[in-house]
Amino acid sequence: MENTGLKIEKLTVSVASRKVLKDVSLDVSKGEVVALIGPNGSGKTSLAFTVMGHPNYKVENGRILLHGEDITSLKPHERAYKGIFLVFQSPPDIGGLPVGMFLQEMTAKRGIEASINDISNALLEVGLSDHYLSRNLYEGFSGGEKKRLEFAQALLFKPQILILDELDSGLDIEGVRLLTGKTRELAGSGVGVLYISHNIAALRLLRPNRVVVMMNGGVVAEDGLEILDIIEEKGYQGLV
Amino acid sequence: MSKTELLESLTLSDISLDSLKVRPKLSLRGRISRSLVEELSRAKKEPPWMLKLRLRSLELFEKLPTPNWLVGVEELDLEELTHYIQLGYERASSWDELPEDIRKVYERLGLPDIEKRALAGLSAQFESENIYLAFKKFLEEQGVILMDMSEAVAKYPDLVQKYFMRVFPPSDHKFAALHGALWSGGVFLYVPPNVRVEAPIEAFFFIASELESQMEHTIVVADEGSFVHFIEGCSAPLFKRYSFHNGMVEIYAHRNSHVKFTTVQNWSKNLVNFNNKRALVEEGAVVEWAEGSIGSKISYVYPSAILKGRNARVSIANITVAKGPVWKDGGAKVYHLAPNTQSEVISKSISSNGGVSVYRGLIKVARGAKNSTASVKCDSLIMDKESKAFTYPKNEVEEEEAYVVHEATTGRISEDILYYLETRGFKEQEARRLIVLGYVGDILGKLPFEYQMVFRKVLELEFEEIGGYA
Repeated sequence: MENTGLKIEKLTVSVASRKVLKDVSLDVSKGEVVALIGPNGSGKTSLAFTVMGHPNYKVENGRILLHGEDITSLKPHERAYKGIFLVFQSPPDIGGLPVGMFLQEMTAKRGIEASINDISNALLEVGLSDHYLSRNLYEGFSGGEKKRLEFAQALLFKPQILILDELDSGLDIEGVRLLTGKTRELAGSGVGVLYISHNIAALRLLRPNRVVVMMNGGVVAEDGLEILDIIEEKGYQGLV
Repeated sequence: MSKTELLESLTLSDISLDSLKVRPKLSLRGRISRSLVEELSRAKKEPPWMLKLRLRSLELFEKLPTPNWLVGVEELDLEELTHYIQLGYERASSWDELPEDIRKVYERLGLPDIEKRALAGLSAQFESENIYLAFKKFLEEQGVILMDMSEAVAKYPDLVQKYFMRVFPPSDHKFAALHGALWSGGVFLYVPPNVRVEAPIEAFFFIASELESQMEHTIVVADEGSFVHFIEGCSAPLFKRYSFHNGMVEIYAHRNSHVKFTTVQNWSKNLVNFNNKRALVEEGAVVEWAEGSIGSKISYVYPSAILKGRNARVSIANITVAKGPVWKDGGAKVYHLAPNTQSEVISKSISSNGGVSVYRGLIKVARGAKNSTASVKCDSLIMDKESKAFTYPKNEVEEEEAYVVHEATTGRISEDILYYLETRGFKEQEARRLIVLGYVGDILGKLPFEYQMVFRKVLELEFEEIGGYA
């Protein structure tokens, strides 16, 4: 199937009868970096969870297409098989599960032969030493370490569509530089990226192709980087 | 090995004395009386002191009440059990000497292979007696004794008498007394001062009849400065009626010695399992109990330690799987009797498909056991709404300068974690398997590698088919 990227069409979604997304449409093409910004509670993470098939997010209307195929009713693992990867804003601790074992099992599920050496290299790329392999998944990790390991997973997973939910929160400035650079590299290799953030400075480093703004569960604006100047100057209300 | 083959090898559903066409030379069954105990002792050609111990135990058994907190043992009718089954084979020291059918049972369990690859010694008990026992010649030359218990009673009476049911006396409770009256099988292991037995020694227990009681007695004596790792494995096929296991393990860890004792319990799902385990730990000695309890219908097991000397240390780690209509009652008991003693208890249970798991523990710190530390962590994972977990910890601290901590958690599988793993490409059942393996991971790491693999496989098979979650 031709890699045409992710297409979200008129998506309306509810959680426990409360509407969290209203008529949202958004595209991410192959090799494109789309920044998704908006105030707290605007629906950015809801959109990420819905695209990744969270069972609590009920699609009432609209559809999600990956390379033209409707994936709206697929289970999360089926969406992962198709090549979508979500970097979580707050990944959960999974007690007792060593990182090395988890990454080996994850890559095997993806059909990628990754040796411990390959896995160590992915950790090194994001600034983590291989002693993290024997640590339990996210137990005692700082916010920045979590984000780095989430990104290392994305590198190993080799997705076609990568959704990064607040990758830059909790990261130090070196981490932001490193991971926004890596994100650009992935896009350069053809990965379509949806980059969710509040961090204007990080977005200026990332230089996305487009910026989409969400408020109150809907898309309110879409433009180039210049939209960041308005937000910096007047806040999100400046767009209304 | 395919999953089906693995399951078959673990359950051995088609094995029984009938299917093996084995006719016991002697069976003792029915009412537990003085004459039955005397006949058992006579059949084992025991010295008078052992018969005396048995008869004293019998008196205690008749006097002591059944503990009122035992649950689910209504079916247990001691009068209908066969208490002693002697097959009439000579004990073998090489697998070729065993009758072919019985040898094949052990080959299916993988014992000859594990022995070759990883063990310093192995005994295999079939029904009431050991039918195989072998260990490395160089250990014998270093003075290590690994012997069938009855043989040790005859050959080293003074040494055995010094230890037999000393730390776990028949007066302890009704079923300890029953054990004292009817024990058969098990091994006596003695490690001389400063000898290190690096490769583990294993004893494997197999029950091949329904309505059978098996009560092996194992003693591990680690003399000063020595080291040994003892593994016990248990298996039984699934019968129409239950069987009963009431074994006992006594560990004597002398000054500065180190004993690791690992149990991989995979009895069939209709076995009533009582196991009595206690260690006496002298100055500077270390005892590590690790227990993986997968099988049995009803199980009551509490590895315990008496920290008698300064700086004595014990760690007790249990994994309990209560899947289906089973009651798994386990825990740990530690008595701190001397200064600077340390204990660590980690207990993890998994309840699913209506299973009940119970943690019951006691930490006692006696007056004068200054600067002692005790840490208890018991976690319960409940996989569905039908299953339960209970925790009954008890601390008795008489010494002010002691530090005792207890931490308990009970939880269900988190939907957030399931979703997270699914986004990484794992199907729901695969995600559950990873969560369970992660949950028991820190204890699993305490088991020898070969047994980690067995335990992992069993857990994977047990939990990959579980349905919805709470």
